[in-house]
Amino acid sequence: MNNYSEKIKSVLTDLGLSLLSIVIALIVGTLFIFLTDKSPLDAYSALYIGAFGNFSAIANTLWRSTPLILTGLAVALPFRAGLFNIGAEGQLLMGGFTAGVVGFYFTSLPAFIHLPFAIIAGMLVGGLWGGLPGFLKAKMDVHEVIATIMLNHIAIALTINYGINIFRDTGRPATPRIMESASMFNFKNIMDYPLLSNLPFAELFAQPAIRLHINFFLALIAAVILWYLLFKTTLGYEMRAVGFNPDGAEYGGINASKGIITAMFISGAVAGLAGVGEVLGTHLSFMQGMDAGYGFTGIAVALIGQTHPIGVILGGILFGALAQGGLEMQFSGIPSEIVMLIQALVIFFVAALQVFKVYLAKRKAKGGVE
Amino acid sequence: MKKVLSLAIVFAFVMMVVFAAVPAAAQDTRVGIVLSTGGLGDLSFNDAAYRGLQRAEEELGISFDYIEPADPSEDQTALRRFASRGYDLVIGVGFQMADSLTTVAGEYPDTKFAHVDQFFEDIPENIVSLNFAEWEGSFLAGALAALTSESGNVGFVGGVDFALIHRFEGGFYQGARYINPDIEIQSRYADDFGDPARGREIALGMIDDGADVIYHAAGGTGSGVFQAAEEEDIYAIGVDSNQNYVAPGYVIASMLKKVDNAVFDTVKSVVEGNYQGGNNLYFTLADGGVDLTSLTEVGQPVLDAHENGTITDEGLETIREMKENVTSPYADRIAEIKEMIINGEIEVENWGETGRPDNL
Repeated sequence: MNNYSEKIKSVLTDLGLSLLSIVIALIVGTLFIFLTDKSPLDAYSALYIGAFGNFSAIANTLWRSTPLILTGLAVALPFRAGLFNIGAEGQLLMGGFTAGVVGFYFTSLPAFIHLPFAIIAGMLVGGLWGGLPGFLKAKMDVHEVIATIMLNHIAIALTINYGINIFRDTGRPATPRIMESASMFNFKNIMDYPLLSNLPFAELFAQPAIRLHINFFLALIAAVILWYLLFKTTLGYEMRAVGFNPDGAEYGGINASKGIITAMFISGAVAGLAGVGEVLGTHLSFMQGMDAGYGFTGIAVALIGQTHPIGVILGGILFGALAQGGLEMQFSGIPSEIVMLIQALVIFFVAALQVFKVYLAKRKAKGGVE
Repeated sequence: MKKVLSLAIVFAFVMMVVFAAVPAAAQDTRVGIVLSTGGLGDLSFNDAAYRGLQRAEEELGISFDYIEPADPSEDQTALRRFASRGYDLVIGVGFQMADSLTTVAGEYPDTKFAHVDQFFEDIPENIVSLNFAEWEGSFLAGALAALTSESGNVGFVGGVDFALIHRFEGGFYQGARYINPDIEIQSRYADDFGDPARGREIALGMIDDGADVIYHAAGGTGSGVFQAAEEEDIYAIGVDSNQNYVAPGYVIASMLKKVDNAVFDTVKSVVEGNYQGGNNLYFTLADGGVDLTSLTEVGQPVLDAHENGTITDEGLETIREMKENVTSPYADRIAEIKEMIINGEIEVENWGETGRPDNL
């Protein structure tokens, strides 16, 4: 019982610190806004309104956070197993490209086969792209950071540079548009489905500006599954043990290679799902620039979320809100450079305040001794 | 409470727009532009489109706002915000925005839209698409390259290997072959519009293989080409905007794509009420939509660059000398070729449509 209240207390402290660091970042950001002769109040109200101001803004914040939650999870899981996955970007590209090709290549499949087929194909290829460095690490002790970075380069060349050129049919640097039967459910089309249109508040979603699609819920499900896997199963326990002390785990009878390969495979599949969602839900074709650095931002999302699946969801939403609100800031006249600067400040302070937490913990421990 | 706050802010915003909009008489036309991901400072078509709007602001008394999206997911949202705020004309720049623009144009049938740099197969009634006959201008660049080359070996550096850039490559290729049927033409793609280091490597490789004039159609990647030209003392030809001041004395000319004029004309048509949607427009050599910078005189952008300190007095002098010694002897020849293209004596093939021949 006591254990629970301790836990809740520490979660609340974490949240409080994160909020505090956001406030500090915004205060520091005002200095830069003054450089532009604009009022910080206008700028920040634009940031807030853009991200949470009305229903469609909130929905779009969740939409923007979807790939970030998934890449965050793809970094967080191997992190628990003692691996640093820099390769989410490449896994996302491979997954997205596969889904894009499956999406346009098969022209006469019914939706209930085509869509799951495209999703699973994308996740599988992403998983293999992540599993390969896991295998190399486990069997030949190739460092996963180098392997994943190099696989990123290969993935970029293979999909954006080479793959698009093979399949494209117009001047557009993208694969042909996917079939209707492979596209993910978009909430703005909710009224087209008799079953869903009867749900309460369904009409709220039926705005053309809303871009939220079903992949956000797949991301939430992925987070819950990963949480269960990590903390409630033997495999998860083994992964965490390997991450904590690989030699000790091996000595204790845990098969470290199995944990490493599985963690990297699952992480690749999750990153692949991020790409799948962007292709089948957002852009409706695999296009140049769709990766937008999500794989790398995912590292920050995972670390801010303390590599805990629930934390990653919150971290992803924070980054999504900054992206969504940042655009609105540009409309209030803040140049895009300053917008990016403020986004970076928020991330910096959220990460840096972890230091403050460590300091608090140390002081408490000291107090205990004296 | 939240509603009151947001209403207050919306009200404040409206007031700002209303009061900021007092000066000129025709101040009621508002233009919103969403630039392509490269953003301002690309020395290329984003900057050119921006210049066109600045000119419209001065001469036509319109007001405009711009957005630089961080990634393609933002395109649609940005376009929609302009449309929903009642801007009279919404402009999207760059090929990757074509889909988003079509979607948003469908939602706002009463708003006028324009798009730079993408041919629309099935163009909606409220979009006008601004395209450029890059192959004609590039033909002149190719002819100039062949005329100035001493080694009989010229190079082309493209941004990304696809139809739009094939138009530049094709024009250049045909122009160089027109002057010298035996000329050797090296052609390579950087797969990136924003990687100067790669541009430099490619150019250095071409110079190693004997090229002494290199033309680029690679956006920011091209600045690496200029750097290589300066290092190895060979000539380069710029693209899109007047880039002759970037490496003074080494950039002998630029193929101009007058996005600024096209954008200005579109804004003007909206102000004057004769905007004609549903059209794919092509700007050509004949109407000055594409051109080569003057081979005898120093252009205004170069003088401006001198004025604001981007290049020194010496740099300006070097450019003058270069024009006199290198390019002005060919001015008449190039003018003649230009005339022949305009009146149809020379027909330049558009590789963007015919496709890039396999055996070059």
